[in-house]
This record gives sequence, C-alpha cells and structure tokens, in this order.
Amino acid sequence: MKTFEYERATSVRSALTSLGTPGTKPLAGGTNLVDLLKLGVERPDLLVDINRLDFGGIEPTDDGGLLIGAGVRNSDLAADLLVRTRFPLLAKALLSAASGQLRNMASTGGNLLQRTRCTYFMDTTKPCNKRDPGSGCPAIPGASRELGILGVSNDCIATHPGDMAVALTALGAIIHVDTLDGPTSFEIGEFYRLPGADPTRDTNLPAGALITAVEIPGLPFGAVSTYRKARDRASYAFGLVTVAAALDVEDGIVRDVRIALGGVSHKPWRASIAEESLRGKLVTARSFEAAADAELAAATPTEQNAFKVALAKRMLVGTLHELAGGHE
Amino acid sequence: MSIDAPAVLGEPIPRLEGRQKVTGEALYAYEYRADEVLYAWPVQSTIVTGRILRLHTDVVLAMTGVVEVLTHLNAPKLADGDDGELLVLQSDRVAYRGQVVALVLATSIDTAREAAAALDVDYQNDGLDVELSAEHPKLYAPEEVNAGFATDSEQGYVDAAFATAAFTTDEVYTTPALFNNPMEPHATLAAFDGERLDVRDSSQGTSSVQQTLSTMFGLDPANVRVRSEHVGGGFGSKGSPRPNVILAVMAARVTGRPVKIAYTRQMMFALAGYRTPTISHVRLAANADGRLTAISHQSYTQTSTIQEFAEQVAEPSRHLYAAPNRLMTHRLAALDVPTPRWMRAPGEAPGVYALESAMDDLATVSGIDPVELRIANEPDVDPESGTAFSSRNLVGCLRRGAELFGWAERDPRLGIRRDGRFLVGTGVAAGMYPAMTSASGARVRALPGGRYELGVNATDIGQGARTVMAQIAADALGVPVSAISVDLADSTLPKGPVAGGSSGTASWGWAVTKACERLRSELAAGAPVPPEGYEVEVETSVDVDAMAPLARFAFGAHFVEARVDLDSGEVTMPRMLGVFAAGRILNARTARSQFLGGMTMGLSMALHERGELDAVLGDYANHDLATYHVAANADVRDLRVEWLEEEDRQLAPMGGKGIGEIGIVGTAAAVASAVRHATGVKVRDLPIQPDRLIGQLPPRFL
Repeated sequence: MKTFEYERATSVRSALTSLGTPGTKPLAGGTNLVDLLKLGVERPDLLVDINRLDFGGIEPTDDGGLLIGAGVRNSDLAADLLVRTRFPLLAKALLSAASGQLRNMASTGGNLLQRTRCTYFMDTTKPCNKRDPGSGCPAIPGASRELGILGVSNDCIATHPGDMAVALTALGAIIHVDTLDGPTSFEIGEFYRLPGADPTRDTNLPAGALITAVEIPGLPFGAVSTYRKARDRASYAFGLVTVAAALDVEDGIVRDVRIALGGVSHKPWRASIAEESLRGKLVTARSFEAAADAELAAATPTEQNAFKVALAKRMLVGTLHELAGGHE
Repeated sequence: MSIDAPAVLGEPIPRLEGRQKVTGEALYAYEYRADEVLYAWPVQSTIVTGRILRLHTDVVLAMTGVVEVLTHLNAPKLADGDDGELLVLQSDRVAYRGQVVALVLATSIDTAREAAAALDVDYQNDGLDVELSAEHPKLYAPEEVNAGFATDSEQGYVDAAFATAAFTTDEVYTTPALFNNPMEPHATLAAFDGERLDVRDSSQGTSSVQQTLSTMFGLDPANVRVRSEHVGGGFGSKGSPRPNVILAVMAARVTGRPVKIAYTRQMMFALAGYRTPTISHVRLAANADGRLTAISHQSYTQTSTIQEFAEQVAEPSRHLYAAPNRLMTHRLAALDVPTPRWMRAPGEAPGVYALESAMDDLATVSGIDPVELRIANEPDVDPESGTAFSSRNLVGCLRRGAELFGWAERDPRLGIRRDGRFLVGTGVAAGMYPAMTSASGARVRALPGGRYELGVNATDIGQGARTVMAQIAADALGVPVSAISVDLADSTLPKGPVAGGSSGTASWGWAVTKACERLRSELAAGAPVPPEGYEVEVETSVDVDAMAPLARFAFGAHFVEARVDLDSGEVTMPRMLGVFAAGRILNARTARSQFLGGMTMGLSMALHERGELDAVLGDYANHDLATYHVAANADVRDLRVEWLEEEDRQLAPMGGKGIGEIGIVGTAAAVASAVRHATGVKVRDLPIQPDRLIGQLPPRFL
C-alpha cells in the first residue's frame, strides 16, 4: 500500500491546521478508513490521529435532548442510560451495527463519515464514479442487490451503510463541525447528500473540517421508538433495509411520527412523505401501508433490488405496528 | 510394550496441538522466517478473456525495493502438471477475470503490494461468456465427472413411469457459486538450496504438492520437500496444489532467494477454487404409497476454459433411494470463469440438496410424512451397483432424530404457526457421503524407554488428524497417547493421501495400525529396544485393494426448526439437530466439531452464502467476507449432534467412515423444508434470503 505520514493531533486547532492540506485525512476509530487504505481506495499522504482529542462525553441538554462528543465510541453510546431511555432507537441502531469489536473502536464522528460500501467502490480494478469520476457505474447493470432504490442517479446507486445515522436522521440530529474559519453546524438531512451528477462526496462537510459533536434535539415521544434491520445474516452485515421510527399516539390517532429508512439511498432517508401522510390518521395497518406506499412511490429500483420496495414497506408497517403497541 | 494401556480410540482427547494454536506458537506456512526472503504479490487480470499486449514493468522495476517482475515473457517454462490453473505465466492468454498475469517480487510486503497495484497492463479484450444456464449452448457431456464417476446413467424408462405415477414432482433447484474461505488463506514459503527445494505450503496433502512440483519444474522428487505442519482449514480448496505454490517456487528459482506468497481474502475468490453454481432438474414419480417409481436428476454446472472440473452433482442420487426407472446426467459448460474445484462434499452438498428438496416436494404433493416417505424408499442394496451396503443406517438416523426432535407432534399443515410476527416450521432431510479409503504409508519407531515416534503423511487441517493418529497408534501399540510423538504433513514421510473426501483418517489410520501391529509382532514381548530404536515402515495398497466390493456410505438425518420474520423475510434457525451413522467415532470431541462445522456450513449454504455474478465485468462482485456472507455466531443457535453406534467390519480396521463432509450434506434441504412448513413458500434457489421470500409471504395483518 501507499506510504503515508502519521501525526497525532494535540488540539482541535492543530488537527484543523493539518487537515487544511489536501491529501490529509483524520483518523478516529479507523474501522472504515483502514479498510479503504488497504484496498487502495483511500490514498492519503497524511493521517491525523484525533483519538487523543477531548470532544466531550454524553451530556443531557436543557430541551430533553443529548449532546454527544464526536469521540464517543459506539459501544459507549449504545450503553448510555440517557440514550437508552430517551432514544432507544439510537441504542438499538448502534447495537445492530458491525460487531462488538468494531463498535468498541468506532467513534460517533467517524461513524457518520463512513464511506459507501458498494462492492464496486471498494474494488479499484473496476470503474466507479464515486472513486473515479466519469468512469461509469457498473453497479447499475451489475451486482446491485444491496444498493439504492430512492434518490439514486444514473451515476451512482450506492447506499449509506450506517445504522447510527439512520436513527439520528429520524431524530433530526444536528452535526456540529469545526473549521479553521470557526464552528458551524448542519441538520443531518442537510449534512448527507444525494449522488446526483457528483457522487464523489457523501456529505456536505467542508474540506478540512472536523465533526466535534452531535446534538439530538429533545423529542418527548423519543422513548417510544425502535430500530429494525433486515439483513443477510444476524450479525455483521449491512442492512438491506432498516427502519428507525418514533411514534406519538393519542386516542388511537397519530399525533406525531418520525421515520428514517436505511439501506435504500445514498443518504439515510428521512421518510417525510410517510410522516406527513400519517399525522392525524387512525392507527391502523391500512394507514401505515398507505404511508409506506406514498413514501416508496418514488422508488426506482434495479431488477436485482426491486425486492427492497416490498421489504421496505413490510419493515416500515411492521415497525410502526410494534410502536403502536400492536398485538398480533 | 508388554503393558496394555486402556484403549483411547473414541475418547474425547483434546487436540495435541491445541495449546500451541491458541497461543500462536503453532506456525503456519507464511509465518516461517527465511533470510533474504522476497515477498511475492500477484497481479490479476482486469479483463475476462483476451491477450496481454504489454506489461509496463519498467515503471514497477524502478520502484525502490522491487527485485523482479515475472510475466509470461520471462517466467520459466513449466511442464504440464495436469491442471491448467497451475500453468501460471505461461502464455499471453487470459481466460478469466482475476487470473494471474504477473508476479511482483520485492523486499517488503507493502512494496510488493503497492508495486503490483502500479503495474499497468495493456490488453486485447475478447469479451466474455460467464453466465451458466441449463440452456447454455456450450453445454456438453464430459467423459467422466469428479472422482471418476460416470457422466450419465440410465435404467428403465423414466418418462413412461411418469405417465402412470400416482404422484410426481418436476422442479429445478439451484445453488449459487460458493467460495471456500478457510481462516488461513493459501500461502507458501519456497526456498532453493542448490537443487534442493524446501517448501512450506498451506496444503491438504504434501505428497501431491511434492509430486506436482517435481513434474512441473523437472525436479528429482527426492530433492523436493513439502511441509504443511499446521493448516488453518481447507474445505478441499487446498486439496491439490494451487497457483500460490507454483508462483512461489517459480520466483524462488528465478531469484535464487526464498519467496513468500499469501493470497488476500479477495484473491481467494478467483485463485483458490470454488463450488460451481449448480442447476438440478429433478423429477420424481411415486406410486400411491410413496414408493419411488422414477428418479431423474439432470445437472448443469460450469468449468473454465483452461481446466475441466465436472462436479458430480447427480451422483448421490444414484445411491440414496431406489427406483426401477432412473436417469442421472451431468452437463458442463466451459465458461470464462475461474476453474471450480472441490468444496466440502463436492457433488453431495448441492446434489443431495436438490434430491432431498424434491423428496420434500413429493412429501407435500403426496401428503405422506417426509420421514416416512424416506423410510418407505429405503433400498435393500445399493441401487447403482446392486451390491450390498457395508452398513446403512439412514432409517436409524431418521427414527432417532424424529424422536429427539419431537417430530411426532408435528402438524403437517403449511404456513399456520404464528408466534408474533414470526412464522414457525420444521423440516427434515437425509444426507449421505461415501466412505472411501485409499492406500497410505506409515512408519513407527520404538525408542528405548517406552517412547514411539509415529511418522504418517497425514495433514491436520483442523479436523484433528494429529490427535487421532496418536490415538490409533496408542491403541495398536497398547501404550498411552503420551508415549507417542507424531510427525505428519511432510513429504519426506512415507507417501500418504490428501486430507480430503472424508477419507484421510481411514487411509492414514489403516497404515498406522498396520505399522504398529507389525512393530509389535517384530519386537518380541519384553525384548529391549536397541539403543538406536527399532523402526518399521508399511504401505497399505494390498490391504485396500483386498476390500470386498461393497457400497460404503455414511448417512445422516437433519431436523431443523425455522422462524421466518413476516416483516423482513429473514430466516433464523433456533434448533438444528443432526443424527449420523458413520461407523465408529474415533474421537468424540473432534468428531463433534466436524459434525457441527459441517452443519454450520450447511446452514450457511442454506441461508447466507451467494457469489453474486457480475455478468458485465465477469467476476463475482462480492469477493470479501464483508459482502460474501458466511454464517456468523449469531446465526447459529441450538445446534445438536448425535451419532448412532455403528459397527461395520467392512471398513479400515478402526471401523470409522469419515466425517469431514457428511455434516453439510442435506442441511440446506432441511432448511428449505422448514421454511416451506413455516410459510407455505418453497424456495428452490439458494440461499433463502429476504429477496427470495419477501414477495411471497402471507400478509402480516389479516
């Protein structure tokens, strides 16, 4: 593999200074970056190790939300009592991801920035518009079973592979970022992007910026939430379709709802159409199905991943049914 | 040797090398050190077929640390070793994507890897033909199929039997390309000292590697030593030499320095050998009481254009059940793909999956209990040869399994058991695997003080050969296991067969028994062992050839419970039970591991493993362990193994049938049967993943 330099950052400021030079990558848990280095997909000149920086822990916020430091490990975040009580969907999403060893290493900030796991992106002997702009997308006519059905483009059908970010998308989390020009922040839906004609970038994170924290706004019905993941094996597999949802029901009527889907798009997919369709509706399987149909109407699957439309519908309906306290 | 120690054969003796393995003390091929070693890294083709026009080696040779780049232009010419996959760097032709087109040699592994990635190759691209189908125009009948079985066999009139049958089934069952993924990838360290060649190879049989290297490089076999002291699994993919060992020896010859090579996990998917995708068209006809009147199994598989490998998919259907009218055929298409090779239970794993799935279909259409249907079709003699079975206890396995599993309480109706959002069902299937024995040598030396040195060219690929050979010798000599030291996996030992075909233990063990018995008879009771020791060496060709012409098979029955998530189509297996009849079990601990491992691999085949062919770029797109899914721990729940006491005097003297493969045979059919019982949906294309079920599941809400 390509030789690179390594330095350990002593402060966020020094890390940002180093990251200002093109060809520099921050190294947190390394659970994705190291894979990509070995495969030759990422070829940085310099790695800036930010593991020793203090980005803070997990703090409750005044509005009933949480502020999570970028360095918090996935396993610690999943085990946190506040997370488990206020936002069980987040704890479940974290625990459904990767393996115990990987969760021990993976950081909150790094997890948000994990790259697409499309097999073509990972194989440098093949074309890929994300890795090599203009070279084409062989996934569309090729092995697309695990790839996207919503918000895809003719240039890329890769999916965001994460679980945590899907839960955070349902929760409308705020991504706090630091740059040499000062701090800024993104609503998570604005942080991730669709591939369009430029799939090279997964997020709108400015070049050289560092994620410092993730803020989850308070959500009174956040406790009535869950995360489900359909996958090809019970552990250590990316989701075929995942659902993060929180449901607020009063007198058999949906007062509010949050839904995000994973495994279906280049970004964690906030199911706003389904949410809108459900608000004020009776809690019935039929309203859940109508909401799922409305959300998935825009799906443009390939022949190989057409099953994801039916899968997403069943997963979404089943998850909402569970949250509504449904009995079989 | 006058005192007989208590017999240890059958006892659950822990692996003799277990501590070495878990502490990292046990060395695998790549871990041996050598002075001035060079690291080899293969460059693989990025086209499917065509010609190499130019290799831009000058750029790579200029890199610091790069010593040599071998290509078809400068590689030594090789003699044919009877496997086209081994004729590496011999021509400008490319036969599949991922074939080795160059080998970079460098002083460090990272330089070798980076240099290999930097080597630009210009090709003439001649297109591709990679997709197997039962209508492929290139299908042909090979002269014979793997392990020397007949391509076609026919008896009676299958079509006529269908006209008069009470029940029939006519379905196609498929399995995808499956990939061997032993924990230790293929690896070699090769070093020449003058004309003497010393090789550490991750192999299932050093004798065959030694022979192939001698032939291909024109070396005196006496000058070629191959050792495989510890091997981290093989599943058949290390059962014959692979390109890694040829490349390492070639590079050592050219550079005069020791050379190391190891496949990456990604390389394994092109260069290790894999199970061909299989298509089985199975038709069954039965009379009103379920007795089969016709069995037709027509199979379609692929091979490469550089080496024929014809998996014997329909062969097991010749032996499992009898019928007066039978047709078994094999058709093969030579495609632009890597050559398929052995993977645990070649023939039986996909073939019995198809036949036993068809039996499940027959049980469904006839309404006959699937256990009873199989028992009703129990043959008296081997249907293919007409000879008697040395022993056949399939019925015993089915009955015992049914009892342990609670089969009698099973409601046969499909798709009616709901547990929350899950549908629950149970299934059954039979398995069988031939009990083979081949000739082997062995030697044993008595030393003063009551110690014995056993030398047998067995290979311990994780099955526990070292331990069980010591047990066999201990019993034959009447001494404790602790009195025996075992030397194995070294081609300088008396020649022994490969660890494959579930035949290793029987073959090596017979020679060990014979050597120990001869030593015992030649050394008079109580006589002192001479200071230099006393050694005997034997070979068992005569003994093996004298075996009575009987049909020898191990049998098994799988019982499984499936839970299918109505929201996701995910299948989990909370209970799996395997009951086996495999002769005498020689080590209860390592045998249990073999059965459990086989069943787990069968579960993995049923639910998870799938090579995803990219028909445009011409390879299997999911070539790593993140995307080619093998069962994880979380997929394996309550796994239970039992075996029947079985005394069979028509086997090698230890009385065991070989257990390396039987565990995987039939598992997938039982899983498919349970999924149908749960959901009413029969999946006939493996693996049974959400995409195969989701569109057919009954409604979640009524």
